Amino acid sequence: MAEQISGAESFVRSLEHANVEVVFGIPGGAILPAYDPLMDSKSVRHILVRHEQGAGHAAEGYAAATGRVGVCMATSGPGATNLVTPIADAHMDSVPMVAITGQVGSSSIGTDAFQEADIRGITMPITKHNYLVTRAEDIPGAIKEAFHIASTGRPGPVLVDITKDALQSKTEFHWPTNVDLPGYKPTTKPHGRQIKEAARLIVESHRPVFYVGGGVIRSRASAELRQLAELTGIPVVTTLMARGAFPDSHPQHMGMPGMHGTVGAVGALQQSDLLITLGARFDDRVTGKLDSFAPRAKVIHIDIDPAEIGKNREVDIPIVSDVREALLQLVPAVTAEFDAGRRADLTGWWRTLNHWRETYPLGYETPNDGTLSPQYVIERLGKIAGPDAIYASGVGQHQMWAAQFIGYEKPNTWLNSGGLGTMGYSVPAAMGAKVGKPDATVWAIDGDGCFQMTNQELATCTINNIPIKVALINNSSLGMVRQWQSLFYNERYSNTDLHSHSFPDFVKLADAYGALGLRCDNAADVDATIEKAMGTNDVPVVVDFRVHRDAMVWPMVAAGTSNDEIKFARDLAPKWDRGDD
Amino acid sequence: MARHTLSVLVQDQPGVLARISALFSRRGYNIESLAVGVTETPGVSRMTIVVEVDQLALEQITKQLNKLINVLKIVELDDETAIARELMLIKVRADVNARSAVLQIVELFRAKVVDVGTDAVTVEATGSHDKLEALLEVLAPHGIKEIVQSGVVALGRGGRGIGDRALRSADKQA
Repeated sequence: MAEQISGAESFVRSLEHANVEVVFGIPGGAILPAYDPLMDSKSVRHILVRHEQGAGHAAEGYAAATGRVGVCMATSGPGATNLVTPIADAHMDSVPMVAITGQVGSSSIGTDAFQEADIRGITMPITKHNYLVTRAEDIPGAIKEAFHIASTGRPGPVLVDITKDALQSKTEFHWPTNVDLPGYKPTTKPHGRQIKEAARLIVESHRPVFYVGGGVIRSRASAELRQLAELTGIPVVTTLMARGAFPDSHPQHMGMPGMHGTVGAVGALQQSDLLITLGARFDDRVTGKLDSFAPRAKVIHIDIDPAEIGKNREVDIPIVSDVREALLQLVPAVTAEFDAGRRADLTGWWRTLNHWRETYPLGYETPNDGTLSPQYVIERLGKIAGPDAIYASGVGQHQMWAAQFIGYEKPNTWLNSGGLGTMGYSVPAAMGAKVGKPDATVWAIDGDGCFQMTNQELATCTINNIPIKVALINNSSLGMVRQWQSLFYNERYSNTDLHSHSFPDFVKLADAYGALGLRCDNAADVDATIEKAMGTNDVPVVVDFRVHRDAMVWPMVAAGTSNDEIKFARDLAPKWDRGDD
Repeated sequence: MARHTLSVLVQDQPGVLARISALFSRRGYNIESLAVGVTETPGVSRMTIVVEVDQLALEQITKQLNKLINVLKIVELDDETAIARELMLIKVRADVNARSAVLQIVELFRAKVVDVGTDAVTVEATGSHDKLEALLEVLAPHGIKEIVQSGVVALGRGGRGIGDRALRSADKQA
């Protein structure tokens, strides 16, 4: 007779077979049986966090930095509901993640038992798929499928909810050799004829642009993108989710498009005659008012998710495919067109683009009252920590500045909450990234608002030797909301003043958590402070950069308006005269 | 906006109905009618879903439905190539004076009376949406006390089933 083990042991063996190296989580009643054999696992490390939201974002950060599936774990009821925010976040940003939750005993389901919550029902709209496992023998299959679904096709979060009795009862362990999912067959290879048509359109367009989204990072297609970009000489814009997919230092890079994009990148999309859309989804923060977005452009849309194609913008050449596979085929297809002598002249287009780039570069004003400019801090941080560091930001002004003023050269070095816009993402995501990439320098760039939502994970970092660095861009307010109040609500600052230049004392807070706390409030000390943080690798570091509170993020396309209405500074709109006609 | 009938083959697993109905409400579409039942294949259920949407929304619905792991196949059935039926029970006022008139209507529509009381009869009718609408219209003057209606069920005409034929398969690549 085969060996009889508990469902919990079977669960831990399943994680081992799925090559899980780390799980972020917190135990509790219903998941308790799983934690017992987990203690003995030789290959699965469990990191005890301080809040389940931290576990979820840590799994996301780990996944975003490594490309592997991130794993988080919680008990039933409140443990599970605390995972809801990171699960929704992972769903919006296509992060491969498996969330494991304990559930009350199967006979108690539906009775409003202690710590019961229908987490499968709750997470249905925010997971790629989810499971409720009530029998021990079903655990390995569910785990195997969960990892398969999370990491293939368009990646996303999968939740596996396991009842306590399933963990406790006896079973035989069988790791399935393959998954049988007749309803799940992602299309990963492009249609040959569509590739040919795309190539033809690419070579005959006079104002083409690569509109690059996060899919390029998820499909590890940076090298292939660069190859095609250099082959064609076509400009590239990288969205918030795609920063790092194409080197910022590359002369063909026009920067980030969108609400806070560069004039050059926004202009490149608006005045384009062909959008070569790669793993991007025409999000409202990129398109502005949709019906005036890139009005004269034809669209090639390459995405692994068929539902994204045609969702927001009508498409001329739809290609359902893994982006990398499509790029691999586009290179020879475009080469063949060039060899046949078909190639549009892009000189006029580049003249226009360069004109915008030179006339409207990214910039910021230094406050004249001697206070510290937040953009300067972030710019210096990027220069000193360099393109090999990993940057995880929170959500708000500091996020936009970090996207604008740090030069990204490599994929998976910029982590942020793009779709859901989750304040509190930064510290735990940086922690997860550091666990996945222990040799990399990992900076959390956080705001004082965001930081106070999840900074309890500093304890996790200190205790588990995860020395992240936190650049706290402390403007003592909910900065982005304040910016909107300045611009659209007559400077009536309703409930955005956090008083965080007074409370809490972030240096003392860092100290209390066993981290090194530093403070910097003038430009002259910025470099030395960053250097000191860079030199500290035995404990986490928190730098309280006390910055000017009225700094604003520019350029800006006000919500709901056309990209053509972009302002590069308050009340200043660019002139759109094209150089080529 | 037009009425569209989708035939959806799904794995018969707990929660699948919730997944599908939740998807409609999450994406902001209304289900006009939904019927679920077993199929000739064990483990596979068939849902017939009627929606009133424009073409673009229909495309989004089918694509989003296709992303559900438990959804196996989606086919749009149209009036010309499919038979669609729904079932209705109608309790209509019919005292001694009105009864024969009501029975005449019932006969005309090839419906049948399944229960008779002193002041009302209950009529069982099956047919297309239009037929049942017409029946209700002519019964209305007599006074309809109560109706209950099933969702639409629909089947393609001809010898083949949706498991093997490529009708206007909604999952085909764009």
